[in-house]
Amino acid sequence: MTITLKVNGKSHEIDTDASTPLLYVLRNDLGLHGPKFGCGLGQCGACTVQVGGRAMFSCIMPIAAIGGREITTVEGLLENGKPNKVQQAFIDEQAAQCGYCIAGMVMRAQSLLQTNPKPTEAEIRQHMRPNLCRCGTHAAILRAVKRAAAA
Amino acid sequence: MNAPFSPSRRDILKGTSALVVAFSLAGSRLEAFAQNAPAAAAKPVTPDQVDTFLAIDEKGAVTVYAGKVDLGTGVRTAFAQMIADELDVPFEKVSVIEGDTALTPDQGPTYGSQSIQNGGVQIRQAAATAKAALLEEAAKRLNVAKEDLIVTNGAIGARSSNQTVTYGELIGGKQFMLKLDPAAPTKKAADYKLVGKPIPRLDVPGKITGAFTYMQDFRVPGMLHGRVVRPPALGAKLTNVDESSVKQIPGVKVVREGDFLAVVADNEWNAVRAARELKSSWSKSETLPDEKKLWEHVRNTKIVKDDVTSNIGDTKAAMAAEGRKLSATYDFAIHTHGSIGPSCAISEFKDGKLTCWSASQATHNLRKQLAKMFSMPLDDVRCIYIDGSGCYGRNGHEDAAADSALLAKITGKPVRVQWSRADEHGWDPKGPPTLIDLRANLDTAGQVTAWEADFFIPQGAAGMVELVAASLSNMPTDTALSPGGIVQDSAIGYKFPNIKTVCRRLETTPFRPSWIRTPGRMQNTFANECFLDEIAAALNVDPLELRIKYTDPADTRGLETLKRLEKLSKWERRPSPQKNVTGNVVKGRGVSYVKYELVRTYVGAVAEVEVDRTTGDIRVTKFYVVHDCGQIINPAGVEAQIEGNVIQTVSRTLKEEVTFDRSMITSLDWASYPILRFPEVPEIVIELIDQPAEKPWGAGEPTAAVVPSAISNAVFDATGARLRSVPFKRDKVKTALQSA
Repeated sequence: MTITLKVNGKSHEIDTDASTPLLYVLRNDLGLHGPKFGCGLGQCGACTVQVGGRAMFSCIMPIAAIGGREITTVEGLLENGKPNKVQQAFIDEQAAQCGYCIAGMVMRAQSLLQTNPKPTEAEIRQHMRPNLCRCGTHAAILRAVKRAAAA
Repeated sequence: MNAPFSPSRRDILKGTSALVVAFSLAGSRLEAFAQNAPAAAAKPVTPDQVDTFLAIDEKGAVTVYAGKVDLGTGVRTAFAQMIADELDVPFEKVSVIEGDTALTPDQGPTYGSQSIQNGGVQIRQAAATAKAALLEEAAKRLNVAKEDLIVTNGAIGARSSNQTVTYGELIGGKQFMLKLDPAAPTKKAADYKLVGKPIPRLDVPGKITGAFTYMQDFRVPGMLHGRVVRPPALGAKLTNVDESSVKQIPGVKVVREGDFLAVVADNEWNAVRAARELKSSWSKSETLPDEKKLWEHVRNTKIVKDDVTSNIGDTKAAMAAEGRKLSATYDFAIHTHGSIGPSCAISEFKDGKLTCWSASQATHNLRKQLAKMFSMPLDDVRCIYIDGSGCYGRNGHEDAAADSALLAKITGKPVRVQWSRADEHGWDPKGPPTLIDLRANLDTAGQVTAWEADFFIPQGAAGMVELVAASLSNMPTDTALSPGGIVQDSAIGYKFPNIKTVCRRLETTPFRPSWIRTPGRMQNTFANECFLDEIAAALNVDPLELRIKYTDPADTRGLETLKRLEKLSKWERRPSPQKNVTGNVVKGRGVSYVKYELVRTYVGAVAEVEVDRTTGDIRVTKFYVVHDCGQIINPAGVEAQIEGNVIQTVSRTLKEEVTFDRSMITSLDWASYPILRFPEVPEIVIELIDQPAEKPWGAGEPTAAVVPSAISNAVFDATGARLRSVPFKRDKVKTALQSA
């Protein structure tokens, strides 16, 4: 089937099987490698993107279910080619080890700060809960989210 | 000096066996080497040559060739710091190439917290050798004494005149043709400008904006996507494949070689679907022990040899003497690496040669393994490292590499294999189950007179881990067990008069073993440091005080670590458990300490915990670490490693356990193998002890060694219940609370 996807402000015509998860379209058809394949089960959050302004697991969302919602990936957060406030806070806090989870973390944090610009520590931890990190970068990520909130 | 042929750095990077003319300068020390060298040579990768590790181009840009790779630890940046500092070139002028068997030396796998300690130090020595030769040559060119020279930003100037000559002018684009001098003088601690500074990591911005290319993002033109269809049971034989079951999916081809079954497709999602939908039949296979009787199974496994890792005094007599006898048994569950990105690799056969891109932590070993698997000359195989998801040891990267190589061989096209989550949880090699018996004798004066330990652990060391694809397809592979150096830290550093520690090496272990971060050291230190805490409690003395008492008085760095830990954690000296505890949620603190492998990095830790006495839930609220890894290259990098060690090991200690039935692993996703999530992450307080004049030691693993014992000891302090079995899940905690 052919479907129109609006990703990072641009429209794309995609011709693929309707069951294809959004993640595969982003990575393979559109060459956006920020969202990562981690589990394909909606359990780890490495694939987190925004769909209609909300953080979603792109690995389990079939493209047929997206409708007209706009999609934003970590690449789409750049402002005039520069890291946005959340990305810059992550860079300033050096909040990545292997970094495989980190684009998903940035997207999850972005969605928090859009709806709750001054979250408490407990709110940040609860909001970030769906996303896994194996390197143990959590402490640095928490510092980055707090830094972004304070910026 | 005119070189007849001067390849660009790009040519060298491509590994095109570029011919490079020797750096031949009449009368210099370099010439001696140049004259003995062939007139032209490809870039060497042997560890005795400076050119193996370093190249400087005409503009003075330095390329470092590292056999150790950056697994997300920041060593790429640390190497650049060390080399820029040693050569006195700007940090920005240094780039690092890692883990390409055609270009980089075999510095051993990236494991064991050795990247800086061994890998970085070796490259630094190459830089020191290069610098000495450059200074010598500059002195001649400028006609001044070597002592008159000073290097600033890659330019060598004479103090007595204003002449300068740059590294680029001296060596640009040519080889040094110099033997690495292990005695070449390196900088003095006071002269470092970059070493010791928290330089931001080179790779972080790209990782955060999505621009960084991981192995999982890398593509080769014309490649196919492969997925392996795994047997439902270990040891099962493939009896039938119904290829028609996937004929409705476009562009799919089924590949079978023995019990290796896979699909390839030009579209990735079609490959995923086909692997899920392909109908296959397999023989029944039940090779695994009863999970409920795992520790009985381990204890009854045939012992093939004993490794006595320490034997001081006469423990037999000391144990038989009068005194209070203590004994306890500890066990530590089977763990999986749990990389967030499942393993991925691409292989291509071209003109009879194999190129394999992967995130292997040991590309030189992988190269040997693939050459063996395909019965190819080593020279026809090239393995190239591309950063992947963190591996924390030998995970599935090499197996994905073998999968892709086999599929590339059969299909004649480049093939990318991306493992699924179930592949990674089910088929990456595992940290073996560890069972430990400990015994001690305490005399009436309160002295520890004897310490005995038996560690029931599989045979083997770090080596080549059997490749799954080779086994399934009946191709040649290494079959010896390779669990890593798991005897380390079975011996203890405490000065008891009689000590005997024995590793009882088992013939088999339930799953293909490999090393997982802090292999053996974590399990062994867990038992040792908990049992020491048991001794402290039996003697009714403060556990930190007991550690100080039995630390070698000459070991001033160890004692300093413990002293600083006491201050940092506001340790209150008193015996555990604490008295008069009331309420449902109780708090405690526990200490642990290690001198890693008895010879390097010192770590002292205090855990603070809360235990819910009704549910058995443990929360690690705060974790203090004092850390001395000698000369610190990048303190931000060391702190990140310490935080990662703490968080990952809190996860392993509280939650992690591979589950299985008689046929196969059953913990195949993050629901059945949960790891720590944000609300459970402790606050971490770190104090680094920098020793700028000492050797740099590893920081990637040592902290993890002390985490399980610090938590167990804190739970004992809070509740009087001793946890001797990792993970500390609710049921075990509740059982321990009942018997406390």
